[in-house]
Amino acid sequence: MKATVTIMFKNGVLDPQGEAVKSALVGLGFFDVKGVRQGKIIELELAEGADQNQVDKMCQQLLVNSVIESYTVEIL
Amino acid sequence: MRAAVIVFPGSNCDRDLVVALRKTGAQVCTIWHKEKDIPTNLDLIAIPGGFSFGDYLRCGAIAARSPICKAVFQHANRGGYVLGVCNGFQILIEMGLVPGALIRNSGLKFLCRTVYLKVETQDSAFTANFSKFEKIQIPIAHHDGNYFITDDQLKVLRGEDRVAFSYQENLNGSIDGIAGVLSPNRRVLGMMPHPERAMSLTTGSSDGQALFRALVGLTGAA
Repeated sequence: MKATVTIMFKNGVLDPQGEAVKSALVGLGFFDVKGVRQGKIIELELAEGADQNQVDKMCQQLLVNSVIESYTVEIL
Repeated sequence: MRAAVIVFPGSNCDRDLVVALRKTGAQVCTIWHKEKDIPTNLDLIAIPGGFSFGDYLRCGAIAARSPICKAVFQHANRGGYVLGVCNGFQILIEMGLVPGALIRNSGLKFLCRTVYLKVETQDSAFTANFSKFEKIQIPIAHHDGNYFITDDQLKVLRGEDRVAFSYQENLNGSIDGIAGVLSPNRRVLGMMPHPERAMSLTTGSSDGQALFRALVGLTGAA
């Protein structure tokens, strides 16, 4: 089984890379872009029987810094 | 003063820290991150700058889960002194020994220059030899030194006088210009600037000496 963890900066945390991507897009003429947030996706390959609970523990212990980041888990 | 400098794959300021501590009179050993134990009777553990584990995942995140870090954590909980510089600060944050987070510099550039810091408190073993609000010159060299902390945590930090240093000119977007913070018991200091690179006027500044002299002076030269 597989799980996908999507990690994003929390609202209120400045995302300098997202801001840079935004200004580059606007520079290319995409004036409809009002905001860009950049995050990361981690794909996990797991043994059968692993569950969301275990993925949550991985997020809390290593994958996510809860001071600045929030995450969602999708089990495939 | 008996000190140990922890070495991770990608550490690159470990020797500078060893030299700075020895120059001030400490007895220093280095410890590889895979070790599980530290020598007994250590007074100080220093975590150097660099790019541990290539800054993968988040700066300091993987190093903070290295085998040696349990011993570092126990040392801190026993009231031992811990100094984390630059990547060492990022590692201390990831270990939860000091609060906050360090994210990409607001200008997105790697910043490498000597800057002016303001000493915010004299009340620690690290800053006792400075005067309050003294202006000191210390080099910085980082890409992810933008200090983030929630409003509530910032109030606690300020209320307990635990901001050790701030930047005279806020170059990296840090909240309140914060450059270094202390743990609740004031014995753990994490800071982005490099005091170990400010040990001699030959290389620009000797303002870092006061920090190491204060620390080593606590327990005397070994």
